[in-house]
Amino acid sequence: MTLIVILLNAILVDNFVLSKFMGICPFLGVSKKLDSAAGMGAAVTFVMVCATLCTYPIYTFILVPMGLEYLKTIAFILIIALFVQLVEMVLKKKVQSLYNALGVYLPLITTNCAVLGVTILNVDKEFGFAESLVNSLGGGLGFTLALLIFSGVRSRVSNADVPEMFKGVPATLIAASIVSVSFMGFSGLFG
Amino acid sequence: MSTYILPMLIFGAIGLAAGILLTVCSKIFEVKTDERIEAVNEILPQVNCGACGFSGCADYAKAIVQNGVPTNMCKPGGAEAAAKISALMGIEEMSLVPQVAVVKCSGNCHNAEEKFNFQGVQSCKAANRFYNGSKACAYGCLGFGDCAKVCPQGAISIKDGIAKVDKSLCIGCGLCAKVCPDQLIVIRSIDKTIDVCCSSKDAGKFVRAVCKSGCIGCKMCEKKCPHDAIHVEDNLAVIDYEKCTSCGTCVSVCPAKVIRKCDEVYE
Repeated sequence: MTLIVILLNAILVDNFVLSKFMGICPFLGVSKKLDSAAGMGAAVTFVMVCATLCTYPIYTFILVPMGLEYLKTIAFILIIALFVQLVEMVLKKKVQSLYNALGVYLPLITTNCAVLGVTILNVDKEFGFAESLVNSLGGGLGFTLALLIFSGVRSRVSNADVPEMFKGVPATLIAASIVSVSFMGFSGLFG
Repeated sequence: MSTYILPMLIFGAIGLAAGILLTVCSKIFEVKTDERIEAVNEILPQVNCGACGFSGCADYAKAIVQNGVPTNMCKPGGAEAAAKISALMGIEEMSLVPQVAVVKCSGNCHNAEEKFNFQGVQSCKAANRFYNGSKACAYGCLGFGDCAKVCPQGAISIKDGIAKVDKSLCIGCGLCAKVCPDQLIVIRSIDKTIDVCCSSKDAGKFVRAVCKSGCIGCKMCEKKCPHDAIHVEDNLAVIDYEKCTSCGTCVSVCPAKVIRKCDEVYE
């Protein structure tokens, strides 16, 4: 039961993009098309879950016994970079079109603070292994959900008759804030 | 001392493990790039004009090698590039007729009336937004040279207040046609030599009042054309290049002297 609560909490209430404002760069960068948004979401979700899979044991069984908790940031970044490289190789080999569509945003997952954020929050909230994994999965799904919703919003905005000075980035940012406000409605859902 | 050495060892070990994993995976997921892509790319002129419909020369080269796209789509490269690429790919040569840009307006400062003196931002786009520009004819070339600025070959110059294309330099990429706010520039194959040098769809009487060299829609050309290749639509003569044989009958009958052979149009 708590696992389901953690999952829904990570997707809706503590949505990384729309409530915590992490990972804004790919959120604005690759949300123009539904296809690339879905691909980006899947890639980030994969990296989040795999990174947690590795960072949790490394933190619990290596860093904590040695008293090296203060090095968790650099250790986590190392692991995240590893998985981003892996995803990049696989996509280049298997899904060339998605690789081209994501472009520079793919290697930039490394510096996506949502990924580092989820691994560090797992530690800070003192989650167990299963809880950490579920939280990461929820974070990734929440990121994907935000990206998909926003790509739909953006396709509507691009067809709308926007005043000249709001065209492009300003209209996008305003739309993002409105989507974010709608997610604020979930706050306090699970107490 | 161990405060420093232990973390270094641990991180060295983690880094080493990650490095080995990545090396193994890079072998498994190795992508072989086709060396012909690079070879085709070198033949292409690297103008990156986008006239082929791809986002640049490299993209077009990739499409040729991987998807078997026709080799004759590069307009700047022309027949020469098409032949070389076909030879490289080992396929039959595809013919390519070079294209040129034509400015369909001859209302220069001697012919066309002005309705005001425009002192704003010196570009066709800006001038066109201000009451369709300063020319009394709403369709006329505004002569600020937006097309000349965008031309990768420097083939367009402004002479007597309107754009002129140097046919020997023009590669037919069509960038000027996209940027012209009045859509006055058309791209046609170089072997057709007759052009209607006017784009005005206004009625003949009005055209006569504002420009000495405007099409008045009198239909003389339509009546005399032996090949049924020229028709007046919306008060403007339009040539059907599929049927036109460049015989020059319409040139000789046009009372406004607005249908011209291309030698007269270009400098």
